Amino acid sequence: MAHVAINGGEEAILKSQTLVAEQRRGDVAVPEITLAQIASQLGLAVDRVMSEGSLYDRDLAALALKQAQGDALEAIFLLRAYRTTLPRIAASEPIDTSTMTVRRRVSATFKDVPGGQVLGATYDYTHRLLDFALSETADDAPRADVSAEPLDARMPSALDPLVSDGLIEEEIRSDAEAYDLTREPLCLPAGRDQRLQNLARGDEGFLLGLAYSSARGYGSVHPFVGELRAGEVTIQITPEELGFPIDIADIGVTECQMINQLHADPDDLPRFTRGYGLAFGHCERKTIAMALVDRAMRAAEFGEKVEHPAQNEEFVLSHSDSVEASGFVSHFKLPHYVDFQAETRLLRELRARARSEGEGEPSS
Amino acid sequence: MNRISPSKPVVWTGYNFAYLDEQTKRMVRRALLKALAIPGYQVAFGGREMPLAYGWGTGAIQVTASIIGPRDRLKVIDQGSDDATNAASIRRFFRSVTGVETTASALDATIVQTRHRIPETPLRENQVLVYQVPSPEPLRKIEPRESETRKMHAYAEYGPMLLTLYEDIARYGRVASAYNCPVIVNERYLASPSPIPKFDNPKLSHSPAIQLFGAGREKRIYAIPPYTSVRSLDFEDFPFEPSRPDGRCSLCGSETSYLEEVIMDDVGGRMFVCSDTDYCRRRREGKGEGPVRAARAKA
Repeated sequence: MAHVAINGGEEAILKSQTLVAEQRRGDVAVPEITLAQIASQLGLAVDRVMSEGSLYDRDLAALALKQAQGDALEAIFLLRAYRTTLPRIAASEPIDTSTMTVRRRVSATFKDVPGGQVLGATYDYTHRLLDFALSETADDAPRADVSAEPLDARMPSALDPLVSDGLIEEEIRSDAEAYDLTREPLCLPAGRDQRLQNLARGDEGFLLGLAYSSARGYGSVHPFVGELRAGEVTIQITPEELGFPIDIADIGVTECQMINQLHADPDDLPRFTRGYGLAFGHCERKTIAMALVDRAMRAAEFGEKVEHPAQNEEFVLSHSDSVEASGFVSHFKLPHYVDFQAETRLLRELRARARSEGEGEPSS
Repeated sequence: MNRISPSKPVVWTGYNFAYLDEQTKRMVRRALLKALAIPGYQVAFGGREMPLAYGWGTGAIQVTASIIGPRDRLKVIDQGSDDATNAASIRRFFRSVTGVETTASALDATIVQTRHRIPETPLRENQVLVYQVPSPEPLRKIEPRESETRKMHAYAEYGPMLLTLYEDIARYGRVASAYNCPVIVNERYLASPSPIPKFDNPKLSHSPAIQLFGAGREKRIYAIPPYTSVRSLDFEDFPFEPSRPDGRCSLCGSETSYLEEVIMDDVGGRMFVCSDTDYCRRRREGKGEGPVRAARAKA
């Protein structure tokens, strides 16, 4: 076997990218997938890419998924790299989820809540049986019935009764400008704004694992889903020259309000505490995990012992971003000839020394 | 639909010169100025997502993008080689977003972006060396918490770092690290030289060129201004020893350059060649193909 040098790098890259393009297209006897198909029929994948890509644009997210051959993390990366070049036109007003046009809304803490439980579209009660009928395309599209009466336009939070009884901590409201992780580096110790932004952009799998660990024993989380809702909210901005807010768009979001274990403030009555999760589109698993990890990271705030990974803000926030994590982990496949050379030489020297001292292996 | 043909590099339209918008470049340049004013100190900056992966040079790419102008000549190396795939990829990125001239010559370049090596050719004033840095914090392996390492730097509390060197000496009779050996910049801040072999460490000190270090994932920038002292950590009785593989380059015969081991066949045949391909090529000019081709032709 003759040695093949790693050169002709540029030529190799170009050829490799042509090969990627060919593999992406796949069998030319099969019609090419369209962005409209991805955006409408792979909607949950699009939602995840928009959430973790921090850019609400279904078409671009669909394009990213197509370009990445369906690899969610690669698509998220593509979207992030694109969003970083976009100018910042305005900062929106905080969204008001109590005015959400609800598609789904459930509470695990109350049998009935003002506005009602709305099951909506969920996989929760499907049986996970492969539906072989889907392997063929159908002529008639399934249609769900539409209720005769619309839902309440304003659906108050299921947690409101607890708030009015003082049984749960108040929402912490702040008019301060929120920290922007896309413009400033992570700064530790982090405020809740930094944490929530980091978690919203964080990798779903990582947060899911952390949330699971905290609920399973590596943390002292005792959660109840106070309310989980998904639907559309209106985005408003206040242009300087107008001085009042105007509607610019509706976006889909999922919100989880988690009710957590008691906290007994020495100066006050004991109360439930909160964890919060929010993501673009329909991402229930992500928002529940986010709310659990948010609460776990508030341990120090409530005087709880910080002893598990999910409670450790620096551990969680430094490792949650899939773009950072996958970049760094995959960089190990880059050449390390020089360092490896230096390390190998050192190893040979150490072995020679050990051998001459008669402590090493007899011979090799 | 028009597609960007992967086989034809194009100058991208629709993006600002050097990809980053001007506000971002200004932010990076402010961080660079602060870094130059406090040599070796890690300045936090609002690192952006780049179209290349974290860990693949995004910090240095942002630094280069922020300082490059239309008249610059850019050289990009990885492991000392201009032709390594990642160097080729970064060079192509800058050609696409700036249209600037690129070069393999360390003599002609105004900006050299590097991963893991310092060129053998001594750099001059008016040249900038931009290092790709995977992990900017030299104390991270001793102390994983950023909040603590910031304090250690503030108090110049570098005893624990020296202790790891001492432990190596006690255990192995020598310092058991061969690359990324930490340095004290300007007799104040402990800094990572990036994963260069310790053979390259002496070149950091009193260089006429500006040395900038960018860590994209960790969002830190630091710098060594020209003619600044850079001391590799050591002890009086165990002085720092830059090491290089013994022997000479099989291509150009250099006895002073850093060498890479090249496996020639599957029966243990090997040779050593310069890791700095530009330096090696310049020495070989006019000397023919050299023994490597001949050896390979035989194998």
